[in-house]
Amino acid sequence: MPAETATRADVLADVPHEPGAPKPDPIVVVDGMRKAFGGLVAVDVEHLEIQRGVITALIGPNGAGKTTFFNLLTGFDSPDTGHAVFDGQAIDGYRPYQLAGLGMVRTFQLTKSLTKLSVIENMKLGAKGQRGERFLPSLFTPLWRRQEEEIEERAMELLRRFQLDHMRDEYAGTLSGGQRKLLEMARALMVEPKLIMLDEPMAGVNPALTQSLLEHVKRLPAEEGATVVFVEHDMDVVRDISDWVVVMAEGKIIAEGPHSSIGQNQAVIDAYLGAHHDAPLDPEQEDEWLREDRLELGDVPPLREEP
Amino acid sequence: MTGIDWGFILNQTLARSLDLNAAVYALAAVGLNVHFGYAGLLNFGQVGFVAVGAYGMGLAITLWQTGPFVAVLMGIGFAVVFALLLGIPTLRLRADYLAIVTIAAAEIVRLLARSTALRNVTRGAEGLNEFIGPFRELSPFNPSLLYGIGPFQYRGSQFFAIVIGWVVTLLTLLLVWQLMRSPWGRVVKAIREDEDAARALGKNAYWYKLQALILGGVIGGLAGMVLAIGNATIQPDFFVAPLTFFFWLVLILGGVGRVWSPVVGSIIFWALITFVRNLGRAMVNEGLIPTSIMDTSQVDQIQFWIVGVALALLMVFRPQGIFGSREEMALDAR
Repeated sequence: MPAETATRADVLADVPHEPGAPKPDPIVVVDGMRKAFGGLVAVDVEHLEIQRGVITALIGPNGAGKTTFFNLLTGFDSPDTGHAVFDGQAIDGYRPYQLAGLGMVRTFQLTKSLTKLSVIENMKLGAKGQRGERFLPSLFTPLWRRQEEEIEERAMELLRRFQLDHMRDEYAGTLSGGQRKLLEMARALMVEPKLIMLDEPMAGVNPALTQSLLEHVKRLPAEEGATVVFVEHDMDVVRDISDWVVVMAEGKIIAEGPHSSIGQNQAVIDAYLGAHHDAPLDPEQEDEWLREDRLELGDVPPLREEP
Repeated sequence: MTGIDWGFILNQTLARSLDLNAAVYALAAVGLNVHFGYAGLLNFGQVGFVAVGAYGMGLAITLWQTGPFVAVLMGIGFAVVFALLLGIPTLRLRADYLAIVTIAAAEIVRLLARSTALRNVTRGAEGLNEFIGPFRELSPFNPSLLYGIGPFQYRGSQFFAIVIGWVVTLLTLLLVWQLMRSPWGRVVKAIREDEDAARALGKNAYWYKLQALILGGVIGGLAGMVLAIGNATIQPDFFVAPLTFFFWLVLILGGVGRVWSPVVGSIIFWALITFVRNLGRAMVNEGLIPTSIMDTSQVDQIQFWIVGVALALLMVFRPQGIFGSREEMALDAR
């Protein structure tokens, strides 16, 4: 596995650590994508490329526009302006189901397990191109039985890998939060995605399950040939599994690079902590600071200005 | 004073539980079950589909002199068009919009049918009657004889429609059963649970919802056609909004999202109504209920009141309906 990680990171070795940096083999290219809700510009991305076959983390403070950006890419929301290309194909105006058909699958921040369907039915739903999903063929079982068996076999394989096979006939609603995340990820793999987009895959997961979930994500590029993009707040997770980190703040991409370069990036520190955090002042600045009449929040204004 | 005639009450109860109305209500509720039980669509205007199906069939014969089979196809066609009209603008929106539109559209259908502007098409409030001839010719039963066994005795004029009604109901149940165990049913149920999840997995939720709306609507239309053949008339004021809620009641009574539940729900509903009505009348006639409290004509009004209490009790002690699964209901609360 370390060899794997090494080769994955090598691909990006020559990519400059700056926002909008071009990648050797991008699977997603975004240009001038903008989305405003009333006066609030939620997303304003000038240029972004996502490298194929690696794990890219999308981070940023709360309200940075990460989830909105996810929604725009996956067709769940439409941008005011801008273009996106997925795997060499322009996808502007595509609906979510069409994008899934092209191989772009997402999961959700709040898990969407289909509670009143069994675990195995949840899995089988993910498979593409099912004959039995069309109205007339569905009426004749012989037309879809063979395909259904193949799908079930593949679903069981994935369930075994995600250690959910013992739950196959349980309602998905009876699973724990972490198991639901696992199921959602396994179900997304049933689509055979080229790009899998995970919106906060670790949120609300019991710490005992986090490690196994992380291992599954790490193995996706090698075992499924999938590119992974994920939104995450936990920096330990980001450090552990990402090959490349994209930082958003106030809708814009403010930094890019491997996680080691991100920690020192001034723009990132400013975005998370505010631009005027405690930097040491030199004596002159300090004097100036003290000379000015600075009102602190809650101070009573001086009375001397009254006539 | 001869005492309450329990034999008569029991006979009536059994006979009505398999009568024309029971078949019609069962069919209409099967349609609702496809809508709500499987696809999660809130249709509060099922009676509109029933009316559209009946009128489609009736008008085909009175206006265009088609044969009975073409007329039935016309009824189905009308229901499909009605479903498209309701579904295309609303199914991309939140579920509530379909609910609002269906309840209004059902009333529009009724008011259009009884309007004076359409008098020479639909015969206004008098309704359509002349369509029944071709169906009478198809009937193998003598209209003036009684058919059936034991307590289940029906006049020949209605017996044909009753047989058609239950046969169509059984065929429809078979269709629904097959669909819902197929991958098509899996997609529809997934959309009921969470539309966005289904869309993220590559399913065109809008198209599936439209298909489900059409299917359930056509089944409602079939109910209307059975009703029209049985009653030999299509009266606009039969298709009032409360009928939709009786269909809902039948569905919930049987248990939402189960193949057989609308049939069992309908049989129990009609048995209950008939039993309460006949018992009430008998008790008034025997002086067990003094006329100062109510007379026989008031029994008919109070029957729904008593049935309502019975259903409320059912909901308290068995909220999932007769066939529903308590386990599934519990999942909703999580």
